[in-house]
Amino acid sequence: MDTFLQQVVSGLATGGIYASLALALVMIYQATDVVNYAQGEMAMFSTYLSWSMMNHGVPYWAAFFATVAIAFVGGVLIQRIIIRPVQSAPVLTIVIVCIGLLTIFNSVAGWIYSYIIQPFPSPFPKEPIRIGRIVLAAHDLGAIGVTLLLLGLIYLFFRFTTLGLAMRAAAQNPASARLAGIRVGWMLAVGWGLAALVGSVAGMMVAPVIFLEPNMMGGILIYAFASATLGGFTSPGGAVVGGFLVGVMENLAGTYVSFIGTSLKLTVALALIVIVLLVKPSGLFGRAVVHRV
Amino acid sequence: MEQGARAETVTGATPSERSGARPRPWRLAGLLVLIALACVLPFTLSGFRIFQFTQVWAYAIALLGLNMLTGYNGQISLGHGAFFALGGYTTAIMIDRWSVPYGWTIPAAGLLCLLAGFLFGIPALRLEGLYLALATFALALAVPQILKYFDDWTGGSQGIVLSKPKAPWGLPLNPDQWLYFLALGIMVALFALGWNLLRGRVGRAIVAIRDNPIAATAMGINNPLYKSLTFGVSACYTGIAGALSVLAVAYVAPDTFNVFLSITFLVGIVVGGLGSISGAVFGALFTQFVPNYAQAISKAAPWAIYGAFLILFMYVMPRGVAGFVRIVWGRLFTARKQ
Repeated sequence: MDTFLQQVVSGLATGGIYASLALALVMIYQATDVVNYAQGEMAMFSTYLSWSMMNHGVPYWAAFFATVAIAFVGGVLIQRIIIRPVQSAPVLTIVIVCIGLLTIFNSVAGWIYSYIIQPFPSPFPKEPIRIGRIVLAAHDLGAIGVTLLLLGLIYLFFRFTTLGLAMRAAAQNPASARLAGIRVGWMLAVGWGLAALVGSVAGMMVAPVIFLEPNMMGGILIYAFASATLGGFTSPGGAVVGGFLVGVMENLAGTYVSFIGTSLKLTVALALIVIVLLVKPSGLFGRAVVHRV
Repeated sequence: MEQGARAETVTGATPSERSGARPRPWRLAGLLVLIALACVLPFTLSGFRIFQFTQVWAYAIALLGLNMLTGYNGQISLGHGAFFALGGYTTAIMIDRWSVPYGWTIPAAGLLCLLAGFLFGIPALRLEGLYLALATFALALAVPQILKYFDDWTGGSQGIVLSKPKAPWGLPLNPDQWLYFLALGIMVALFALGWNLLRGRVGRAIVAIRDNPIAATAMGINNPLYKSLTFGVSACYTGIAGALSVLAVAYVAPDTFNVFLSITFLVGIVVGGLGSISGAVFGALFTQFVPNYAQAISKAAPWAIYGAFLILFMYVMPRGVAGFVRIVWGRLFTARKQ
């Protein structure tokens, strides 16, 4: 029972990371119908930025917030400069541009920071926290807290601010939004910025666990895909719930199903994606896409 | 009608492309000249260059297969590396474990992939656009792990080492040149086959499903059957390509079939041109040589250069090289007439 609870909590911690990245993916998907394959690498690159700031003596939280700000501006710039010229091109063309971005970030990170695996500090205490007989890592609890806080802020932003409302309008009905005086192009750019921001937080929260290296986000991204699929690509809240569910399921399957262990982890994500798509393609919380004939 | 418009924006191929046109005489002549040039090539190049071009022909076969599925039929696959791996490993295991002559392993790889693709195509029927891309992307990511898991057959991370086949019938060719001609011959045969398949009734049905599935059903096309068959044929082409590539490299290991291979294939058909047969060759040349040039420009970050090339290509030619050539050709032609 204790092992079970411990696995659930650390599952929730990784689940929070999946939830953040899945949310970032869904935000961009809803606004532009594009899945940003570079999302994970953008997060990895921001994490490296904060790492090098800390190496130059900047305190953790200062580096954290500076990175979050840089990630936001970077996301806006990427949308304005790189994605916008192909906005009206076929979707596959945009996918290829995203893949180009992915290889650029991955390669530049390897070039600047080398492919050597680096430790990344955690802002939370090293001592484990004991509740009864259960021992929990402080970083796990901290990461869950930071993720939930971030997701809550994003929710409040979209629900209660004018800018959030304008962004939702631009995503749902660009033509009408433009007629109502909303600058749709900029709304999309802000969406990319926010997605990059959420991704950078996810990167900084996961790096102490899986260590820092240019390819660190590959496996995480596929689990984020699985989460977004499970929750539904049309539902931001669903993607978050999906992330936590996938995190817990992954941990429990790795602990209790002996042949999976760690060697078939990615195959579990594959199986999950395929099963969800076959049983309920719109995900747990998504809307079914209806075609008009 | 909305769905038709959607399908078109997903794959970006124009419905008006003339896969049904008969070959004009000068086109056929041009093609024969190109094939003749390709036949002269291995006698003028070094062994390594010959090997590279052998890979180009193998890639071209794989890209044509993927283009049938994605460009013509509108089903996006980010997982064709899996079929490339299946074909390659079929060949390697048959030669290494069962000592089958290599010539028989190529059709065997094709048939196995045909079956595997057909079977994968059945669940894929329920997935559209983005969702199919995701499912196949996950497949591509899982391939190396699955290959390592079955290490009794695949030799695990060590892989399988093969020896290059010698030229038969006493032909005066070294192994590299023989493999080059083998790949070229199979490529030409498969391209002729593919061209015939795509310009006729079957090809029109495949394109009709992409452009408007409901109208296609109304016209009596069996959508599920055609879609899964297209998946099968596409996988078959890719599997044959994988077999040829493994013969040329004379070595297989799980990590050559990583997700990047599948992405490279998709990049190849989009850069070459979706829904065009010649696009497969342009795409194969890009796939083989651009990473090399990127490496020549910057040793430190070759993939960054590659990524920059990709983005630039998409800015300049959003419909691929084949689409670009078509536009330029059209302009020159109409200008002359006026």
